[in-house]
Amino acid sequence: MNNVIQLQDIHKTYHTGEVDVHAVRGVSLGIAQGEFVALMGASGSGKSTMMNIIGCLDRPTSGTYLLDGIDVSQLSRDELADIRNQKLGFVFQGFNLLARTSALENVELPMLYTRQRLSGPRQRERALKALDTVGLGDRADHKPNQLSGGQQQRVAIARALSNQPALLLADEPTGNLDTRTSVDIMGVFQKLNDQGMTIVMVTHELDVAQYTKRMVVMRDGKVVGDTPVTMRLIAENELRRLQEEQKAVQLAD
Amino acid sequence: MRYFVILKAAFRALRRNKMRTILTMLGIIIGVGAVIAMVGIGNGAKAQVQARIAALGQNVIQIFSGSINRAGVRSGFGGAGTLTVEDGLAMGREVPGVVAVSPEVRTSQQTMYGNNNWFTSVMGESIDYLTIRQWDLADGVMFSDSDTRSAAKVCVLGKTVADNLFPEDDPIGKIIRIRNVPTKVLGVLKPKGASMFGSDQDDVILVPYTTGMKRFAGVTMLRSINVQAATPEEMAEAQKGIGELLRQRHRIQPGADDDFILRNQQEIAEAMSATTDVMTALLAAIASVSLLVGGIGIMNIMLVSVTERTREIGIRMAVGARARDILLQFLIEAVVLSSTGGILGILCGIGGAKLITVIKEWPTLVSTNSIIIAFAFSAAVGVFFGFYPARKASQLDPIDALRYE
Repeated sequence: MNNVIQLQDIHKTYHTGEVDVHAVRGVSLGIAQGEFVALMGASGSGKSTMMNIIGCLDRPTSGTYLLDGIDVSQLSRDELADIRNQKLGFVFQGFNLLARTSALENVELPMLYTRQRLSGPRQRERALKALDTVGLGDRADHKPNQLSGGQQQRVAIARALSNQPALLLADEPTGNLDTRTSVDIMGVFQKLNDQGMTIVMVTHELDVAQYTKRMVVMRDGKVVGDTPVTMRLIAENELRRLQEEQKAVQLAD
Repeated sequence: MRYFVILKAAFRALRRNKMRTILTMLGIIIGVGAVIAMVGIGNGAKAQVQARIAALGQNVIQIFSGSINRAGVRSGFGGAGTLTVEDGLAMGREVPGVVAVSPEVRTSQQTMYGNNNWFTSVMGESIDYLTIRQWDLADGVMFSDSDTRSAAKVCVLGKTVADNLFPEDDPIGKIIRIRNVPTKVLGVLKPKGASMFGSDQDDVILVPYTTGMKRFAGVTMLRSINVQAATPEEMAEAQKGIGELLRQRHRIQPGADDDFILRNQQEIAEAMSATTDVMTALLAAIASVSLLVGGIGIMNIMLVSVTERTREIGIRMAVGARARDILLQFLIEAVVLSSTGGILGILCGIGGAKLITVIKEWPTLVSTNSIIIAFAFSAAVGVFFGFYPARKASQLDPIDALRYE
């Protein structure tokens, strides 16, 4: 069993008023250690619901979900909180950092809720290491409002990494960023993936999905496509290309 | 989560919105301050009353001659005239726990010295009287046992009488006239001030009870007897012993009413204390209302805070905070808010009590107890009024909280 995620016939039904909304209708999916998956689909396709289930923020109505070998489909609220803390790292579209709190303290946040807690200095050491990984080791004291959007998202990634999770879960991580910064952030993800981190990214942008290794497409609550990425983009190359384009524009002027 | 970390987070959250925090705290500050100051006033009044009662003497039992009923006409207090000097002496001899006895007769007389005259009350007492009343001489000496035996024409003056009869001279050794009886002044008492009923306790002349009975009042019976017990614990037994002794001496049949009345200082003290206790409780109750209002203010602000920070709650839950962690965080924030307000309120209350003492000249007494209780109460207000908002926060759904705009 080397699959980080093993979903078996997952269903999710919301009871809102008189109509039942069948958001997910039987999804089975396996994601192995070291994969980089883009979960795609239009709005209403059920990808957000899938994201919540994979992220242990929500429980499936039926079906089993093994995360890192643990059946999490029937756990209680508190047990799910512990799983999120131990096994998962979240990166959100809106960064979701704590305002007026330093980058370092933001990164330390998940460790505050860990049952077997580290000592203060060890926590700090780990948080600094995570910030180094995303290239922000020198910005540890900065508050979110002193950082650019790209830097804030890097802090969010460092926070997701701080508890050494089995899975990194990103929800439209480039949605609030410009093209260049988006490529930059995708570069961070690619680097992490190269180091062995399993990443699942929800997105509706094809060009962002192009940086991943595998695309899972959903429609009407079902998986309708599951293909490896053929024309994979490498963030490093793209960045260089963007720079050259910019130079060319400047020369043309 | 480490308590220290939560505490730090709580202070940070409160600092973030200083004006709001201060205004919310103000409710608690005023509430606690009012309770401290009001209880201080109540306790001050109580202490004053107790001091005045203590000035009457300690462990004192008073025996009054009762009223009698002759053919349906009832005589007043002391009208029975049943108490004798021998009754008093017998108490001293026979009742265990009795350490001092002073038979008492009272008359009011015109007194004279030189060109000055003064109308005052003349009290016949024994030499024990000063011990019983805890009264000291300012000058001179008390009359002696032999003065009592011989019904000597000697007296001791209260401060008021001394001031009025001797505006300039030293009264010791002078002869004054009480109802035209020349009486030698042996001593002058220290001032005792007004009694708790408002009369001037220094407007008095003490003479031996024998002198008082024979020369001034012209009676053979006593108005009352003052008795002192050795300790407060022995008072009840002494009082019982005196009752039995008097019934026996007066040959009162079992079942018949007493022809005397026993009263002790403690009963009076308790009655007076009860009055001030009621006052204190009333003041504290009124002040507590403002503390309650302060608590509602905290609840209000915490609810606003939970709504404002829904996203933060979502983030914390997403990274693994359990419901309990969130509950604790907001609860501690509320308690920090209320107990900081409580500490400031205590300082304001002490200051307020001092101010009242200075401006209105009311005695106030802020006890350590009331400070501890007020602080504990303010913390409890935080827990009570913070719990609902904190619980609301902890029950949020992480998905909704994360999406909250």
